[in-house]
Formats: sequence, structure tokens, C-alpha cells
Amino acid sequence: MSGVRKNYVRPLDFKQGRVDMSHGSGGRAMAQLIEELFAAAFVNEYLAQGNDGALLPPPSGRLVMATDAHVVSPLFFPGGDIGCLSIHGTINDVAVMGAQPLWIAASFILEEGFPLGELKRVVDSMAAAAREAGVPIVTGDTKVVEQGNADGVFITTTGVGVVPEGVLLSGDRARPGDAILVSGTLGDHGMAIMSKRENLSFDAPIVSDTAALHGLIVTLLATGADIRVLRDPTRGGLATTLNEIARQSGVGMLLEESAIPVKPVVAAACEFLGLDPLYVANEGKLVAICAVAGAERLLSAMRNHPLGRDAALVGTVHQDAHHFVQMKTSFGGRRIVDWLSGEQLPRIC
Amino acid sequence: MKYVDEFRDGEVAKGLALAIAVEAKPSRNYSFMEFCGGHTHAISRYGVSDLLPPNVRMIHGPGCPVCVLPIGRIDLAIRLALDRGVILATYGDTLRVPASGGLSLLKAKARGGDIRMVYSTADALKIARENPQREVVFLAIGFETTTPPTALAIRQAQQEGLKNFSVLCNHVLTPSAITHILESPEVRQYGTVPLDGFIGPAHVSTVIGSRPYEHFAEEYRKPVVIAGFEPLDVMQAVRMLVRQVNEGRAEVENEFSRAVTRDGNLKAQTLVSEVFELRRSFEWRGLGEVPYSALQIRAGFAEFDAERRYNLTYVPVPDNKACECGAILRGVKKPQDCKIFGTVCTPENPMGSCMVSSEGACAAHYSYGRYKDFPVEVAQAREARA
Repeated sequence: MSGVRKNYVRPLDFKQGRVDMSHGSGGRAMAQLIEELFAAAFVNEYLAQGNDGALLPPPSGRLVMATDAHVVSPLFFPGGDIGCLSIHGTINDVAVMGAQPLWIAASFILEEGFPLGELKRVVDSMAAAAREAGVPIVTGDTKVVEQGNADGVFITTTGVGVVPEGVLLSGDRARPGDAILVSGTLGDHGMAIMSKRENLSFDAPIVSDTAALHGLIVTLLATGADIRVLRDPTRGGLATTLNEIARQSGVGMLLEESAIPVKPVVAAACEFLGLDPLYVANEGKLVAICAVAGAERLLSAMRNHPLGRDAALVGTVHQDAHHFVQMKTSFGGRRIVDWLSGEQLPRIC
Repeated sequence: MKYVDEFRDGEVAKGLALAIAVEAKPSRNYSFMEFCGGHTHAISRYGVSDLLPPNVRMIHGPGCPVCVLPIGRIDLAIRLALDRGVILATYGDTLRVPASGGLSLLKAKARGGDIRMVYSTADALKIARENPQREVVFLAIGFETTTPPTALAIRQAQQEGLKNFSVLCNHVLTPSAITHILESPEVRQYGTVPLDGFIGPAHVSTVIGSRPYEHFAEEYRKPVVIAGFEPLDVMQAVRMLVRQVNEGRAEVENEFSRAVTRDGNLKAQTLVSEVFELRRSFEWRGLGEVPYSALQIRAGFAEFDAERRYNLTYVPVPDNKACECGAILRGVKKPQDCKIFGTVCTPENPMGSCMVSSEGACAAHYSYGRYKDFPVEVAQAREARA
């Protein structure tokens, strides 16, 4: 009799193993990767159905759907990694619509040669973020591309949420007189990535603010303040987000530079690299525009939440046919806070 | 942020603004040119001009390193990357400068050129060490501030015996550009550009010292105040210039005494003269050929000179006809005077060099100040706050 055990499959080698083309070919290797890694980490009743798609119960209310591709480099950075980022990013896109996020779909593009150990770290981090947020990853997909055609791993996540009755948030609802609030310090995520990329170290390390904001948003909606717009100022930072809203709503804005919260170490890093914190990405902050009457209430609700401790009222909406976002500088002058043109590149001298 | 916030203090600025308003005589106008892009950026970003009385006008000078880099030089770099397959390393802002054929380094990168942004010449050397099988060219640009690091890299490459590293040198000299402006017919003969004084460079002066400006002050009877790049430095320098004008003086004064001495950084100067020598002539975007205004690599370091190594020949390329960058860089025109400003020419799609870097006069005005071109009512917002 042969000594080979029936149905024995050698488990994935998360220490030495690497992604190879067979992990995306639809054969046994792929089935094993899904079973031993993804399904084991994300475990939930919908994923356990084991079908090509997840069969979900019909939610009651208006649906919101958002998708987000994540291609961050480095994959691991102070305060997080591409895994938790891919969950937080999509939850936030759903949540700023005022929705309660329900489910997430995740799709992976893996580069041939990517260490399985790193992939496991990423997947475990996603699973932890999804569990903590209470939003299950109900379906997914994996593809492998040849070495050089991707950068380790790319993750696309899609989220679905449901909007409670009576909530209507939209980028076109800002009105002259409204107040503009931010939920905390700006530029933390972008500068955490940049300082890792450039190998800059500071006395106080810069840590990404990546976080799921749906809990904070529930608190904000409960204040009864007339919130018109919520948005997470990710790529392009606060400046880009406000310009988007100004254009969508057909209004202008006036910010007060001295009121905008930026951590000293982030300001220092920006100064060092010739960047402007207003254009640097955030992954755990939101911008709220609300009728001025409820602004103070909203601000104190933010500050009472752990994710909004450094919240601040940073400006107001006004009438302006040119839709300029302007800022009163701490120095005493005034300037435009314009759209970012191209990539933010450091100045030379 | 320590050592930075002190120089951006709004309260001190108010005091200085008041002092300038008191000292500036209402009977006359004051026009000062800030030579450096760093000053242009500070003025626009902090809204310094809002704090100056209406009869004190700032003219943005040509001291933005990427703005004065002519198309032909960028073309050389693009050809090296695309046709010779070199790794081309350069500083951030340079990537966007528009070149011939609708290209820029950024666009050449999208076409397959291996073009990399570096923060320092040390990074460029590192790329060369890590890619011994590839040729690495550092596209060196900038005034006297960025020249010593390039000199250091070349010397280091020679000491290490790096065989795959060279420099495409575009380093230019501040004093020659200032002379060129002062000699220009608009300033000298016609007086169409009233120029009452200069704010002298900050970082450049830490290297060359304040001595080289003494000649302008004397020869052309123009006061020069060397100032730091923080907004309060600029305000203080304006106040010092107003005083000099009022008192009929034309001297070199140093507001940036925390960093600049009369002799400058002698070690850096020695290093630069060891590696570089004067170029007979160099084309500046907007100013044209300016004699003895740039540096080239000395024969002793010929193997690190990309121009010699690849036998490059410079072909000048004229700017877009409608582009007024030349006149703007000389202070003859303002960005708003250019027909294509903000229409065809925007930071997303720059036609002229002044629109490329946020230090350029056009980009600074577009990005920070163009609201002033339109009467905008913000009273309503103020009421809402109150």
C-alpha cells in the first residue's frame, strides 16, 4: 500500500512561498489559495455559500454603491497597509453618502513572485478591518499577472450600503452661508507614505490616519444638524475636495488658514519636501458642510468622537460665480486654494 | 513649527504693513523686483501683496530655475531618455516643463522613457551605483543654490570611478541675469519698467554672499536688500527698500543675516570653481542668449559631462508666439497682460515656462491670486460668520 494520504494537499508555504501564475489559472493552486487564505481570513455566511456571486437579503432603503482601487506603494506604512486601507477607503466612500455600509466585494491583482507571507499579512489586515467595521467581505476575485506588470498587489473593493430615511447628502447641496468643518488634522496619511518612501524619519513618527468613518458619521447624523455634504478628502487633500464641492454646488468658499488643523510634524515634513498639506491625502478624515445654525453642535459631536478629536470649523461657503476656494492666510493676506494641477511636485529651491 | 512660524507671524506682519504704509510716500510709486522664484512663491502663497500699500508694487523676476530653462535643453534630456535609453534623473518641478512636440519629461516618461524624480544629487548617484549596466544622466538645473551639490556629485563620481554617471549641466548665474535685466532697453533707455530696487536672493546668497550685488548697487544706482524666503523677510526687505529709496541711497543691505554673510560659503564656491567654468553664452527662456550667464563642466571632468559624452548639439527652439513669458520675466508685462494666460495656458497645460512651476509669475498668479482679476463679493460670507 502506498504511504500517500488520501486527499492530502501540502499547505501553502507562507514563509518561503511566492505567488506564481498557477495561482490565477483557475486550477487547484487557485482553489487552494482561495480556501486557505482568503476564505479562511474573511469567513462569513455569504462567502461560505461558495458561489460565483453572493446571494444577499434585500435591504430596505436607498442603496449606495462605491468602488475604489488601491495601488499604494509602499504596501506597508506606519499606521496601516494596503489591506486595511482598501476596506476603510470603500467604507468611507459609502458612509459619506450617509449610508450604513453593508457588504464589500474585493478583487485582487497579484504580481507573480509576490511573497505569500506578505499577501497573508495584507489579507489578515483586511479581514481585521472588515471585522472591526462590521462589514463582511462577501465575494471576491483573484488574478495573477506576470512579474513587472503590477506592483506586488493591487486591491479593488466595492461597497454597498443603505441610506436611512430622511438623509440626503450630496456635493451639490452647499449653500452660501454654510459652515465648513474638518474632522481632524490634515495630511497625516500622505506624509506617512511620503516619509516612508523618502526614508525620512522624525522624532515623532508620522502615522497614517486610515480609519473607517461610518461610526463617526452615524454620530454626526444623529445631531440633527442640517448636514448638506460629507466627503472624505483623500487624494488631492482638502483643497481638491473643496474645489470639487464648490464646482458641484456652484458656490465659492473662504477658509481661515489659522483654523485648519495640521500636526506640527506633518507641517514640518511638508515644509521639508516642498509640499502643501492642503493637497496631501487623508484616509480617516471627513469634510462636513452644514447649515450654519447646526455648525457648533456638529463640531462638538465630532470632538466627542475618538475619530474627530481635532475637528475644527475652517471656513464658510459664499456666493461666487467663479467657484473659487479662497483662504485668509494666517499672515494676513488672501489667496486662492486652487485645484491641484498634475501631481504635487516639490519645488526646487 | 519652530524657526518657521516666527517668520510667518500675522501680528508682526500687521505691524510691518503699518510701518511700510507710513514710510512709503503717497506722492510716488515704488516698484521692486523680487528676483527669486522663492520670493514670488512666498508673496503669492501668504498674500504678502495684500499687506502692501497700493503704491508699492512687486515685479516678479526671472529667478525661477525651471522657468528660465529653454525648450532646447529639455529636448536634449528627452532625447537622451527616449533615444539613448539612459535613466534620466532630475528634480521634481523640471518634469512638467513643456518641450518640443508637445512633450515634457513627464510625457516622455509615459512614452517609455526611464525618467526619475530625485530629491538630491546623492539620490542620482545612488541610482547609478545600483544600475551599473545602465547609463544614468542627472539633468542638473538651478542657480548657485543647486550648483554645489552637483559639483559634489561629479567629484564623488570621479573619486568612486563611477563609469555610468554623467550630468547634463544647466546651472545658471544670478548676477548675470540681474545685469541683463538692468541693461535691457526697457529698464535703461525707455524706462517702461520702473525699477526702484531688488529683493536679493535668499538661498543663492548663502552661497555667493552679498558681495556680488555691490556692483549693481553702485553701477546702476539700484538698492538691493537680500532677504529670506519667509513672508516676514519679504515685508522687512520691502520696508528697507522703501527707506533706501526715500533716503536716496543705493546700497546692498542684508535682511537675511541669519544665513548670509558678505563672502558667502567659500567652501562651496571653491568646490564649484573646481568642477565648473563659465560658459561663453547660454540661452535663457524668456531672456534669450545671455553672455557668461551659465556654467559648464571643466575638461578635467569631461567624462561626467553628458554634452561631451553623448556629443550633444544644442538646437534652440522658439517659444509659442503668443506666449509673453519673455516680457513677463523681464517685468515688462504682467501675467494678466498675456492673451493666452488662463485660457490656452494653464498649470494643467502650460504653454510658457512661467506657468510651469508655482514659483513662476504666471502659475503663482493663476494658482494663488487670480481672484483679484474679478471683483468677488465675500461680504455675505463675512456676515454669515458674524
